[in-house]
This record gives sequence, structure tokens and C-alpha cells, in this order.
Amino acid sequence: MTTTTPEAVEHPVHKSSPGAASGQSRRTGRVRRIGLPYLLLLPALILELLVHLVPMVIGIVMSFKELTQFYIRDWGTAPWSGLDNYRMSVDFDAPVGEALLHSFFVTVGFTLLSVGLCWLIGTAAAIFMQDTFRGRGLLRALFLVPYALPVYAAVITWVFMFQHDNGLVNHVLHDQLHLTDKPSFWLIGDNSFWALLTVSVWKGWPFAFLIVMAGLQNIPRELYEAAALDGAGVWQQIRRITLPSLRPVNQVLVLVLFLWTFNDFNTPYVLFGKAAPEAADLISVHIYQASFVTWNFGTGSAMSVLLLLFLLLVTGVYLAVTSRGRRAADV
Amino acid sequence: MSSPPAVKSPMASPRSFLWTRRIFLTLLTGFVLVPVYVMISSSLKPLADVTGRFRWLPSSLTIRPYIDIWSTVPLARYFVNSLIVAGAATVCSVVIAVFSAYAVSRYQFRGKRVFTVTVLSTQMFPGILFLLPLFLLYVNIGNATGIALFGSRGGLILTYLTFSLPFSIWMLIGYFDSVPRDLDEAALVDGCGPLGALFRIVVPAAIPGIVAVAVYAFMTAWGEVLFASVMTNDTTRTLAVGLQGYSTLNDVYWNQIMAASLVVSVPVVAGFLLLQRYLVAGLTAGAVK
Repeated sequence: MTTTTPEAVEHPVHKSSPGAASGQSRRTGRVRRIGLPYLLLLPALILELLVHLVPMVIGIVMSFKELTQFYIRDWGTAPWSGLDNYRMSVDFDAPVGEALLHSFFVTVGFTLLSVGLCWLIGTAAAIFMQDTFRGRGLLRALFLVPYALPVYAAVITWVFMFQHDNGLVNHVLHDQLHLTDKPSFWLIGDNSFWALLTVSVWKGWPFAFLIVMAGLQNIPRELYEAAALDGAGVWQQIRRITLPSLRPVNQVLVLVLFLWTFNDFNTPYVLFGKAAPEAADLISVHIYQASFVTWNFGTGSAMSVLLLLFLLLVTGVYLAVTSRGRRAADV
Repeated sequence: MSSPPAVKSPMASPRSFLWTRRIFLTLLTGFVLVPVYVMISSSLKPLADVTGRFRWLPSSLTIRPYIDIWSTVPLARYFVNSLIVAGAATVCSVVIAVFSAYAVSRYQFRGKRVFTVTVLSTQMFPGILFLLPLFLLYVNIGNATGIALFGSRGGLILTYLTFSLPFSIWMLIGYFDSVPRDLDEAALVDGCGPLGALFRIVVPAAIPGIVAVAVYAFMTAWGEVLFASVMTNDTTRTLAVGLQGYSTLNDVYWNQIMAASLVVSVPVVAGFLLLQRYLVAGLTAGAVK
């Protein structure tokens, strides 16, 4: 009761000009402090909305429409088709669904091999180049060249090397080493899978190398010194210290490599052109072809949505499993 | 590069380790170098050398392909387009990423986690999913407002800068977190506004991270093929699409293709190799931690 009296007395004072001004500026100050982070995020938010999220929603809407070239000028007027596009995509007895399933399996096999090899080569190279030797800096710069080259320039060089008549690969395998009876075709037929894998690994492993190299620098030196005192050799140090310490780095690295490889469009597109051979029919080129070559955008969108759902599922499961393993290891 | 400490114990690596390392690194060097060698040597060969059976050494050296590439296709125009698009996308992407990363690193606010997760998860989207919707959206925006996004460099810049944004924000958050908070709090007490603290204290301390992000953004925009092939026309075509002009002709001028590939690669590869130390330092301090 007594405390209210001074307040009541002060209240009129507050209403006089100097007090009011300071109260107001304090309030706008707080508004600015709360609003500032949102203001800073605004450009990123608007762009993400414009280029990623809104188109994604449009894409999902399109997947429920019968969107052929007749409606493309004004796609809003295309008739709804319910789940028809999805039914068509997953009807694995019909040609469209069968081709999609085939493409999916090719992509899964390709991605597993490519990510595995990229990780293996990148990690091995980073570990081998951990301590100093002559020419190490030069070698590191050289190893990063495939990653730094623009995709099209690198892949087009491989296209030249894989040529049937004037390419380096056939020259070495057939003319010089006599390993094959006759020159092989690399960019059509079953060989194209291995050609694609080679290019993808050549282009992709330096990224793993870069990340692992950075990760290695965060491993405290004392760990190695302690292990050396305990009599652990180099191989044991790698197995007991280096690889376990890289676990958190690897968790992110493998996921990123997986998503990039699975969604890769640039490499197969430059390597094979618009029509990829069946053995190397990666899913993004397949969907591109299903949409732009046959002009059936509804079905193409449905396939893209299915692909996104699959990637979400894999990512979720992967993060759940690896995080649990990591927590268990920490205890 | 601040070379990392020589980690191994003085008891020296065993022979098995040294030999494995020697063999592995030699083979890997060969694997990496062969295409680079093919690119360089073929770009200096006369046409007869690249149409007949492959030869390791040119029968004679010529710089003719480097002269012809500019007239076979309008390479100079593609080059300028790529420079404008990649340059603008890089600058915008870096500035926007700096603001976003500063907000996430220094402020507590509602929706912070939703923002970071959403931005990162856009990395997961298959480009093919939003290629056509984006194309339709740009056409619709053009019809409604008269702002030409489809077919223009502006549309491509907008698209590319969002490609590098998630990774850039992610990396800079880690980097800004490693800049001591006391520094910018001191600046705030001294009367700098929050933006003053950002540009006078945080940004200078995070230069390696920012350079790394810029390199990444430029490379992303310079090398993208899918959107460039759908969203450009004759006047705005970039190198990624323009280079395919050499191989759609009746005669495939492989020596010119190699020369052109080399010419368009030199700016990015040189820039990347010069700045790679920042990329490693940035990754070490930011993303990988």
C-alpha cells in the first residue's frame, strides 16, 4: 500500500515532457533491438522464399495437375488430375514407372560408389599429407584443381578422353596396353556407368580432401604425443586417434556428398548430352528428360516430389542413426 | 597457409607407412594430372592431331586454337556474361550472408532455429524440382510487373546467389562465433551501432571466412549448367552453355574446345589456388568445428 503512493506521486511527473521522451526512446530502442535480427535476415529470407520455397510449393501444386504443353502458357488453368501423376510414376509395370525405377536404382548404386570412393580417397590423401614433406604445398594445390575447375570444362575434357576413335582411354587400353580386343565405346552402352563414376570421383574427391584436411587441424597435438609415448605406431595412431576424431566431420561430409551426388545434374548432362544412356540414367537427368523432352511437366513434378520425399527420409534416418551412435560413443 | 604442426612423433614413420604414402600419392597425382595434361597439350595441337588417333605429344605446337576460339563462337560475349553474373551473384551473396550470419551469431530471437534449419535444408532440394516452377514464376513476375527476370542476367544472378547462400551463412555463423563477443560489445559501449560493430570489428576479424565464402559463391555461379541452359537467351548466354557450341558443329574442333575450356578455367582455378588457404582456414574455424 505504501509503495503505491510514491508511484502515484511520480506518475504525473512522468507525463511531463523530459520523462516521456526518455520512455519513448527506450521503447523504440527495445523495438529496434528485437527487430534488428529479423531485419538482418530479411534479404536472405525474401530470396529463399522467392527462389526456393515458393517454387517448391508451385512444384508440389503442379504435380497434382495435368500439365502438358497446351497449358504451359497459363499453367493455373491446367485441369486437376488428383494423384494420376503419382500413380503413373510408381506404376512399375508400365514403361514410365519402370524407367523411373530403373533410373532410381542406377542413381543409388552410382551414389553409393561415388561417395564411398570420394570419401576414401579424400581421407587417405588428407591423412598422408598431414605431416610436412618436400613438395607438399604444390601437391595440395594440384589435388584441388579438379574441384576448382568449372564442371563443364572438366567434364568436356573427359568426353574427349572417352572418345571412341581419338580418345586417350582407348589409346592406352587398346593400342598401348592391348587389354581390349577392339576399342570400346565409353559414352554409350554399359561402359557409360563406369565412365560416369570415374568422372564423378575425379571431380568430387578433392572436396572430401579439403574438408578432412580442415578437420584434421582441429585434432589436438597432445593426443598424438600421448599415443606416441604409449608406444602406438603411426597406423595405430591413425586408427585410434585420427579416424575417431574425424567422426563429427564425417557425419556432415558424407551427408553433403550424398545429397550433391544424388542430385547431380551437371556431370551427366555435359558427359552424355540430353539423352543419357540407360546404364547411366541418373535421376535428375531422367526427370529433366521426362519434363522437357516429352513436355509433361505434371509427371515430372510428381517425380521430383517423390525424389524429395526420398531424400528427406534418408537424411532423417541418417541423422537419427549417426547422432545416436555418436552420443553412445561419447558416453 | 599457417602450416599445421608436424604431428608425427620423432620416432619417425615406419617404412610401411612411407611406402604406402609414396605409392598412393603418386597414383593419385597421375589420376588428377592426366586430364589436366590432355587439356593443356590438346589445346596446342593442330586439328589433325585431335581428329586422328590420340597422341601423347603434339606433332607440332600451334597457338592457332587460341585465336580461333573467339570467332567460332562468340566466346567473348559469353565470358562477359559469366563475369557479370558470377561477380554480381558473389557480391550480393556475401553481403546477405554476412548480415544473416551476424544476426544468428549475435542475437537471440524467436525462429532462429527454424531459420537455420530451413536455409540449410534448401541444399537438399533437387534443382530439378524448382527449375520449372522458378521458370514459370519469373515469366509471371515479368508479365505482372514488367521486370524481366526470365532470360535476363538479373534472373540468373538472383538464382545463383541463393545457391551459395545456405553454405555461406552456415560457414560464416561458425566463423563469427569464433570472433570474441567482448570485442563487439566493447564497440557497442563505445557508441558504435550494431552495424558499426559488425563492419568495424566482426567483419575485419572474419576476413578469411568471408574470402572463402566469396570464392565458393563465385565458383558455384561460374560452373552452373542446368539453370543457365534453360534461363538464358542468345545475348545473355553464359560460358557454361556457350562452350557446348563447339561440339554441336559438324566438325568437332577438339583442340579449340580444350583451348576454350582452359581459357574459361584459368580465372577460377588461379583465384581458387591463390585463396585456398583462406578456404581451409575458414572451414577449420567455421564449418568443420
